[in-house]
Amino acid sequence: MSGLVDTFFNLAIMRQYLPKVIEGMGVTVVLALAVVASGLLLGTVLALLRSLRLKPLNALIVIFADVFRAVPALVILIIIYFALPTVGLRLSGFISAWLGLSLVLAAFAEEIVWAGILSVPRGQWEAARATGLDFSQGMRHVVLPQALRLTVAPLTNRAIVITKNTALASVLAVGEILYQAQAGYSFSYNPSPLTLGAIAYLILFIPLVWFGRWVEGRFAWKR
Amino acid sequence: MQVGQVGQAGPAGAAAAPLLDIKGLRKSFGQTEVLKGVSLAVGLSELVFVIGPSGSGKSTLLRCCNRLEEPSGGEIWFEGRNLLAPGTDLNAMRRRIGMVFQSFNLYPHLNARDNVALALLHVLKQPREQAHARALQALDQVGLGDRAAAMPGELSGGQQQRVAIARALALEPAIVLFDEPTSALDPELVGSVLAVLRSLRTAGMTMLVVSHEMGFARTAADRVVFMEGGSIVEQGPPAHIFGPDAHPRIRDFVASVEHR
Repeated sequence: MSGLVDTFFNLAIMRQYLPKVIEGMGVTVVLALAVVASGLLLGTVLALLRSLRLKPLNALIVIFADVFRAVPALVILIIIYFALPTVGLRLSGFISAWLGLSLVLAAFAEEIVWAGILSVPRGQWEAARATGLDFSQGMRHVVLPQALRLTVAPLTNRAIVITKNTALASVLAVGEILYQAQAGYSFSYNPSPLTLGAIAYLILFIPLVWFGRWVEGRFAWKR
Repeated sequence: MQVGQVGQAGPAGAAAAPLLDIKGLRKSFGQTEVLKGVSLAVGLSELVFVIGPSGSGKSTLLRCCNRLEEPSGGEIWFEGRNLLAPGTDLNAMRRRIGMVFQSFNLYPHLNARDNVALALLHVLKQPREQAHARALQALDQVGLGDRAAAMPGELSGGQQQRVAIARALALEPAIVLFDEPTSALDPELVGSVLAVLRSLRTAGMTMLVVSHEMGFARTAADRVVFMEGGSIVEQGPPAHIFGPDAHPRIRDFVASVEHR
């Protein structure tokens, strides 16, 4: 029993690496916020572009969404960080992680928002157009508010998944929670820093999961 | 590009000319011809009722009048312009032609006042206070001035349809198209919507109505048009269409609707 405590809950080692893990939490939060902001924005813009129904553009959007949903996020991060420099594009670990995760979130968000736009009944478009609103006004004031309301819950869940994937950035030597915890583990030959990392993730993501549940209830569709 | 002025009177000397003049209108969906050259004129302040069996092309005819459906051929003259001519400002023309739908199509995320005010704000570019005042006025007109803050989901079907009528009226259209406005309503709610139509008629609004409310057509319509198979079979005053000398198909149809 004391062996278990010494191995995973060694307070002296935990105290030693606590500042590093807290520093990692800061990096995780900044990376997650940046990814969620740009991913959701790009996804929504792509869904709006798709609603213009321009065939060649739509084909590109569909290919983008399918590829970035199919390839594991870790593979995408590695390609951006390790392969792009061979063609002369050298990005920092943080920027690579932000870019890769944003693209993955955008691919999912595009599909979710597009499905939301499609699920708004045709009659809503017709009512808007019949009162003289043009396409963009009908989209902005009638269709999109309803579509986004339908998509808030799935978008929130997808955003939670992608923010957890910030742990993948540790592979690119980004000093976020997991990277700091692993570094502590290597230096101390004791996994207690990893326990600390797990606790840090719980502190950050449990409220987010609760928020997601609240959002699902709050935006359940009321007709 | 020509932009229609809201509240603008028709061209001088147009009093005798019909407000809406449909000439040889055709519409096909793929291989199926739904409108086979329909001609129909609606005069100023006239209430024209279109009746006929389902699939006769009534709703398609109506939806072609504001180009929610794109006609395949023919002409639609409105306020001195052919709506089907290339370069027609569709959005300017649509705010002069109101439309009321069978399923109301209220915006579920906006309350009654904002449903009515939306086009005032964004199409007519009215300032917020003016748009809201006009919306309340239009809601008053349909007897719902006290429900301005209600969400569509909190209103009965009849109330929703009256909000939808207010939404069309607020833009001060020259004509309102009604596409089966009472078909989705419980029987006890139909009367409140028909009462609004009746008051609009008294106020001199021009209306083209597709509906199965035969009793209302008898007493309120200036003219009744019977369509079948994409063509107009006969049209005339209600006394004739519902009388003994009407086309036999009309008598069969009216009997089938009234004894369903």
